[in-house]
Amino acid sequence: MKDIRPRVKVPATVKAGEAFTVKTLINHPMVSGFGKDKKTGKTIPREIINHFSCDFEGQNVIAMELDPAISANPYIQFQAKVDKSGTMTFTWKDDDGSVYTKTAPVKVG
Amino acid sequence: MNLTRRDVMALGAGGAALAMLPLPASAADQAAIDAAIQKFTGGAKPKTSGVKLTAPEIAENGNTVPVEVEADGATEILVIAPNNPLPEVFKASFGPLSGGSSASTRIRLAGTQDLTAIAKMKDGSFAMAKRTVKVTIGGCGG
Repeated sequence: MKDIRPRVKVPATVKAGEAFTVKTLINHPMVSGFGKDKKTGKTIPREIINHFSCDFEGQNVIAMELDPAISANPYIQFQAKVDKSGTMTFTWKDDDGSVYTKTAPVKVG
Repeated sequence: MNLTRRDVMALGAGGAALAMLPLPASAADQAAIDAAIQKFTGGAKPKTSGVKLTAPEIAENGNTVPVEVEADGATEILVIAPNNPLPEVFKASFGPLSGGSSASTRIRLAGTQDLTAIAKMKDGSFAMAKRTVKVTIGGCGG
């Protein structure tokens, strides 16, 4: 079983309606499917995170479709803005069907 | 091992053939890139301003190249690396709580190429930006 630990960084407090930066990182090999096993010469099957999304209290912030060209341990940074305090939910979808989630509180103040 | 002239010629020809293999964007690849762009824009011709694509001029390691795309008023941004085995890099869609249509991540580039970003604007128009990135060591398996 893979040990996947998503990490997110959201400012401690944000101003209502003002854009702030969110940084996310998840450890994942992102096997592109183009590499070959040096011993057997066989292609190593693709296994990547193919979708990332961030929502806040049921409303979408960003959704991304990822392809094998994304580096290992995908790092994603984007802007968000909220009007009230609440919980931000981050979702990563793996090719193998696994879904990794992480939540972070956002405080308006 | 005894090398005859004929053997040497054969080796040379083989080597030349190998050297030609990683041709940048062959006809088939170009078709794939056009198809990817066509699928995204629906045939509309993108403007050449309105998108900001930030990437290093020279990337020493093609395995992790930091890129940032930004397009004011965009609802979706598609990033394409034409010389990668699979040209699509990522597609970002911005929701109602997005604080600005920008995203940055780290990508793999197989070789020196013109990185392309196409943004779909709120009014349905498209904008495109290109940036050449020189890659010293490619980063797509091997």
